[in-house]
Amino acid sequence: MVYDMLIGPFVEFAFMKRALVGAFALALGAAPIGVFLMLRRLSLTGDAMAHAILPGAGVGYLVAGLSLPAMTIGGLVAGITVAVLAGLVARYTALKEDASLAAFYLLSLALGVMLVSLRGSNVDLLHVLFGTVLALDDATLLLLAGISSVTLLTLAAIYRPLVLECVDSGFLRSVSRAGTPIHLMFLALVVLNLVGGFHALGTLLAVGVMMLPAAGARLWTQDITRLLVVSVLAALVSGYAGLLFSYHVGVPAGPAIILSAGGFYLVSLLIGSEGGILRRLLPVRHLEA
Amino acid sequence: MNALRFSDLTLGYDRHPAVHHLTAEIAGGSLTALVGPNGGGKSTLLKAITGALSPLEGRIDAGGLSRREIAYLPQIADIDRSFPISVYELVSTGLWNRTGIFGGVSKTDREAIFAALAAVGLSGFERRPIGTLSGGQMQRALFARLSLQNAKLVLLDEPFAAIDTRTTHDLVHMIEHWHAEGRTIVAVLHDFDLVRRHFPQSLLLAREGVAFGPTAQVLTPENLFRARHMIEAFDPHADLCVREVA
Repeated sequence: MVYDMLIGPFVEFAFMKRALVGAFALALGAAPIGVFLMLRRLSLTGDAMAHAILPGAGVGYLVAGLSLPAMTIGGLVAGITVAVLAGLVARYTALKEDASLAAFYLLSLALGVMLVSLRGSNVDLLHVLFGTVLALDDATLLLLAGISSVTLLTLAAIYRPLVLECVDSGFLRSVSRAGTPIHLMFLALVVLNLVGGFHALGTLLAVGVMMLPAAGARLWTQDITRLLVVSVLAALVSGYAGLLFSYHVGVPAGPAIILSAGGFYLVSLLIGSEGGILRRLLPVRHLEA
Repeated sequence: MNALRFSDLTLGYDRHPAVHHLTAEIAGGSLTALVGPNGGGKSTLLKAITGALSPLEGRIDAGGLSRREIAYLPQIADIDRSFPISVYELVSTGLWNRTGIFGGVSKTDREAIFAALAAVGLSGFERRPIGTLSGGQMQRALFARLSLQNAKLVLLDEPFAAIDTRTTHDLVHMIEHWHAEGRTIVAVLHDFDLVRRHFPQSLLLAREGVAFGPTAQVLTPENLFRARHMIEAFDPHADLCVREVA
């Protein structure tokens, strides 16, 4: 009974097994990225970038149909172009980075939807917007695994300057010139993970697996290392729980995964030990010193 | 020792000078107070010494010191105090010159971090998140980090603004200790009593260099009066400066 509920579907059906591997790969890479986005107050930047990769994927789709390499490369190029353009506009005009990013991603989104609809049907458009976590082929799984490996290795390598750039960028500037390259590498990782996420969950939901575990984890700990661990665990569990839920109830898998992550966030908001609502309301005796 | 030389130095923003034709030489190993009215160019001068600001004219010669041999405490450190790291981790970044991006933190390094925290009176605060520190405790932690940087030249921009007497007393003691170790120290200060008691020499800056030398000869009523009246209002249509280079 319990076996049928929790493990059976993944043993019985290859597509569930693949979906689980894909969701885990995504969680391992995207969750730590989300933590740094949140700590740098760039949570909404992730969302904007997710929209920005759409026209690139759209051009790839126009050229080659639903082709993995074409849409991946197109998405990467578009994401990085928008990030760089937004940065340049912020530096050389009166606009701040958030305003210029908003302008570029809105343009990208409109352009992307138009490009996809030029050739495809509404089904294709839904595929791009909401992903196909239940139909991951070998190539896509390898891509997801490759992206999460590159992400984890790169984060390990640039961890120290990245943390210092977040806490005290002025100090990092005074001791090293690594700040700007580190920031650019981090943005490239964001784009890379969003492109990976877009194959599984679609452009609109890919940000969810990045930001929701991070935001929930922040309500449980005050330590950056534990924050990373908790958010990765939460993302893994969300992937598993979401797939199970979609299997048993018969709802689309992508939104189910994001809603699971959302459930973790809402529960954390309620009972989280670091600033959760209940914790604030319950009277606790203060200490002597 | 590496002296710090300013030769006909003009610094500024968008062609408007904040420091105007300053010439002075700060001896290596000396302890100097940088005093003067607000807007007199003190912070600008420190920024230029770190290399963050290029001179409009003239030169700064830091005696061949590289940027890693200069430690700089800005007036308002732009530290994200809500970031979830501990006091120990923040202070440990002072070892950047030794560890760089990849280097490990050895047992000796860890002892050095604990010793630096003890020296500023923050023993027992190692595991506390930086967000829980008071203003004075944060300044103590930043001094601990400065001492780990082991720099030949230490630049402090108003290190005691909004800091109580006891903390100021402790941190001045650290500055004197660094001085005794042979480091060159330049600190921007507004408390003239403190400067007279602890800083052997002073540079009075009011856009132009007003006076430079032993503190008692710099902080005279006449010099301070001149400094107060040298800062002129910002003029958006100022003429080109045609002063002859000395």
